[in-house]
Amino acid sequence: MEEQLLAAAHAPPTDPVAPAVELERLTLAPRGRVVLDAVSARLDEGEFIGVFGPNGAGKTTLLRAVLGLQPARAGTIRVFARAPRRGNAAIGYMPQTRTLNLDVHLRARDVVAVALHGGRWGWPRLSRADRDEVRWALATVEAEAFAERTLAELSGGERQRLLLAQALLQRPRLLLLDEPLSGLDIRYQNRVASLVRRVQSLLGATVLFTAHELNALLGVMDRALYLGGGRLALGTVDEVVRPEVLSPLFQTPVDVVRHRGRVFVMPVDGGNACEGCGGPWA
Amino acid sequence: MTMLSYEFMRTAFTAGAIVALVAGPVGYFLVLRNLTFAGHALSHVGFAGATGAGLVGIKPLWGLLGMTLVSGAGIGVLGERVSGRDVAVGIVLVVALGLGTLFLHFYSGYAGATQALLFGNILGIERSAVLPLALLGAACLAVLALMSRPLLFVSLEPELAEAKGVSPRVVGVLFLLLVAVAVAEATQVVGILLVFALLVGPAAAAERVSVSVGVGIALSALLALAVTWGGIVAAYYTDWPASFWISALSGSVYALSHVVAMCI
Repeated sequence: MEEQLLAAAHAPPTDPVAPAVELERLTLAPRGRVVLDAVSARLDEGEFIGVFGPNGAGKTTLLRAVLGLQPARAGTIRVFARAPRRGNAAIGYMPQTRTLNLDVHLRARDVVAVALHGGRWGWPRLSRADRDEVRWALATVEAEAFAERTLAELSGGERQRLLLAQALLQRPRLLLLDEPLSGLDIRYQNRVASLVRRVQSLLGATVLFTAHELNALLGVMDRALYLGGGRLALGTVDEVVRPEVLSPLFQTPVDVVRHRGRVFVMPVDGGNACEGCGGPWA
Repeated sequence: MTMLSYEFMRTAFTAGAIVALVAGPVGYFLVLRNLTFAGHALSHVGFAGATGAGLVGIKPLWGLLGMTLVSGAGIGVLGERVSGRDVAVGIVLVVALGLGTLFLHFYSGYAGATQALLFGNILGIERSAVLPLALLGAACLAVLALMSRPLLFVSLEPELAEAKGVSPRVVGVLFLLLVAVAVAEATQVVGILLVFALLVGPAAAAERVSVSVGVGIALSALLALAVTWGGIVAAYYTDWPASFWISALSGSVYALSHVVAMCI
């Protein structure tokens, strides 16, 4: 009885829809170019949000704003009810792989560990607890089998999992994953997507997952966030992936075609929906 | 008479060891960061500093060091912003080399030492130069050890590091200042044109055959030391220039590392 009371006292607030990220008339203009223009949205804690939109629509910029790296030109952004700040330990971030120096001859395990307290001064020595944390992260993404190999020897999919492991260090409440599926074949895309879903339920985290292709995330995401033309649309796939919602964002009339449980967005006149990019912008 | 009974040989071994133990570890991070070209450029820039020092009557080492420090910071600040880093580095290099030529033109009395400046003269190092080299080197290694953790983070994953609150630019500029010191030291052994032999050859070989940072750094320092001492010994017995032997050994170590990497 007493234990139950204690547990109740320590339990997080019971409001099931506490916001993880709130945008209020937010305008983002990296290098002076407005990519999001006075947009508002509320992403709830524990949600898996797929973030889509043409190149340059502001997917990465939005993630950088959540990280506190891209200041708002106007409006506000709140992360767990506070202004965004750099180095927020509650956020795990996975940048796009193409910025990774792939030629390094360093063990995968060590590369993952680099992100743990990476900002502290001194020699990169790991405590026993640090090593346990790295081991846990590697096990969570099923990367133990290749943890002792060097980065240069790994496939694209294996590297993605390492970066995901890195994002999981210190068990964040919010995961920002930037294009984790780029360069992976369809089967591996589905595997990474369901892996992220499993990790999400394990941590109870909120996930923002940017992607070019909708279908790999169809079974795993709770809501889709489409960016384009300075605006956004947020809702379930059925609510958002409709011609009248997406055409203004893509600034061209688009059709939505459903085929055997898959969804394709394509321009009304002429173009093709291409496998792997699935949109009129390709 | 053994070679160690000559004072100039003892000085050469001591100075060579100091320089190698600095160039190895700094070079390892230089390779890791894909910044070897910047190291090369810094040494050329140092040429202007060294010849300019002759004009105002201070020792070439200090002129060289001042110039590499200033341009190291410059490359660091510019490099983060301009995407074509090679272009920024190349332009700094050309302007400085031109300046060096101008200084030489005005101070013809210095021309005799130009050969040593360009190709190094380890057997001619003065005894009094050892202490400054040791102090500079110790300071450089101490700062490197202190910043090694964020440096590693920023080198491997600049975007993630930035998100975690580590400034890639601050760390990058600080590191290039260390490179400036290492370059200034290395020119005392192999001269401006052969700095790659100490700063990059052993480091690249070590990076290739090791899979962890600690081993890589230690091996890099060890290989730099072996190459330097090997070069001095070979020069003693053949009477060929030590700089030739050092660069030849450096090249051999690098080539050998590819063979070793293929076998393991």
